[in-house]
Amino acid sequence: MTETKTPSKLEKILRSGHLAVTSECGPPRGTDPTAITKKAEMIKDHVDAINITDNQTSVTRLCSLASCIHLKLMGLEPVLQMVTRDRNRTAIQSDILGAASFDIFNVLCLSGDHQAFGDNPKGQNVFDLDSMQLIQTVRYMRDEGKFLGGDEINRPPRMFVGAAANPFADPFEIRVPRLAKKIAAGVEFIQTQCIYNVEKFELWMKLARDRGLHEKVFILAGVTPFKSAGMAKYMKNRVPGMDVPDEVVKRMSGVPKDKQPEEGLKICIETIQRLKECEGVKGFHVMAIEWEEKVPEIVEKSGLYPRPKIE
Amino acid sequence: MIVAKQKEIEEIIEEIKDYNKILIAGCNECVTVCEAGGKKEVAVLASALRMYFMNQGKDVKIDEVTLERQCDHEYLEEIRKMIDQYDVVLSLACGVGVQFLAEKYISTPIVPGVDTCFMGVTEERGVWSERCQACGQCILARTAGICPVSRCAKRLLNGPCGGSTKGKCEIDKELDCAWQLIIDRLKELGRLDDYEQLTPIKDWSTERAGGPRKVVREDVRQ
Repeated sequence: MTETKTPSKLEKILRSGHLAVTSECGPPRGTDPTAITKKAEMIKDHVDAINITDNQTSVTRLCSLASCIHLKLMGLEPVLQMVTRDRNRTAIQSDILGAASFDIFNVLCLSGDHQAFGDNPKGQNVFDLDSMQLIQTVRYMRDEGKFLGGDEINRPPRMFVGAAANPFADPFEIRVPRLAKKIAAGVEFIQTQCIYNVEKFELWMKLARDRGLHEKVFILAGVTPFKSAGMAKYMKNRVPGMDVPDEVVKRMSGVPKDKQPEEGLKICIETIQRLKECEGVKGFHVMAIEWEEKVPEIVEKSGLYPRPKIE
Repeated sequence: MIVAKQKEIEEIIEEIKDYNKILIAGCNECVTVCEAGGKKEVAVLASALRMYFMNQGKDVKIDEVTLERQCDHEYLEEIRKMIDQYDVVLSLACGVGVQFLAEKYISTPIVPGVDTCFMGVTEERGVWSERCQACGQCILARTAGICPVSRCAKRLLNGPCGGSTKGKCEIDKELDCAWQLIIDRLKELGRLDDYEQLTPIKDWSTERAGGPRKVVREDVRQ
């Protein structure tokens, strides 16, 4: 096991050579904490860490940090997702300190969807930093123990630093260089965009391996089960940067409506099983959007259960 | 150039309807090129307003003038002798010209007739698009001559984001992804390897964030 740099359980699992399993919870559009704790309760025994999304698709929700604290209070391992869309460098550093003060040990650095998609399309965006620069910022705060302004941090944050990668966005030719760039910025784990085009993902991994990148960062392959053929079509046509091959849509449409959820789960499990064999994949990020109750089944049927016990 | 577009006539009327002597002031520079506030647009707008007031049964005097520029003292001085004949000036210059008029002629109300949009180019007649946001610290040498500050919807200095699809931006299928353009041009220049250089955190203090800006050149100052 390579030496860990933080107290993160996710880091320990990855460095000890286990395939990691993460999942995510979207916070509610209100103040009821049970919306988070109930979802977490459903999946907690089947995953190593739980991402909390940060106003995903720019729709205002209960904040990621408070949601992470709810998980922490349940004794679980949160991954704080943080977008640069809504915060300047002061707020970013401040929130990182806030999270670290609750011993939140994982952060996922993102730029965030444009606000045009959300409930405040007339609002300002910030983008004082981009996702690469956010990675650099957290690493600097952790490793140098300093603020961006140069002052010392009393008890620096100890966070395992992650980012997203989308092997399917355009242009494809820079998708691996972009991964290399995130690694150069200091990223330690990657959670990918949902994978439906498995062959393209495998090509991306091969190109990453050709450069030895799979040994410099832990790559968690992202999967999302389709609940219906309609969802598959929506993801294919409406979600930017998503690659859903026609044959996958056809497979979903080819079964009766009441069997589609089952087919969606099957596709998801097959994807995980196939990618377990893909060199460089170090775990899975299971994003069961508003379908958290199916995470245990996916994890079990993919042969990823029980989860390792790490102290 | 500074690109502007004329306001809806209803909005203009709302602002000037209570005045009786109106001077419409065009500008011969950028707003002429983007066909929002030059001599021709002044004339067309003046006719429309005359028609409106006539239909309302109101006797309103509407005169026209187009200055060489509204962002320079010397041209603004040209209307000093006549400005007191009017109880409002409707300026079709960009926001810069409107303000400079207001600063100079303190007791005359000045109303904007255009919305100032951006600094940009004429792609073709009738199509103008943004190129610069005056961040005060040009990075074009590093981005193959294409500006991610003004042309990426997220101003990403290390783009593209995951929303770039078939060369287009996630917010609008008609909008080019700036980072696709940068990458294409880096390729043309044989410099695609430069893509992997991390662009450091930007100093935004030279941009809007740093407060109103000023350039002072002692060597040319009189």
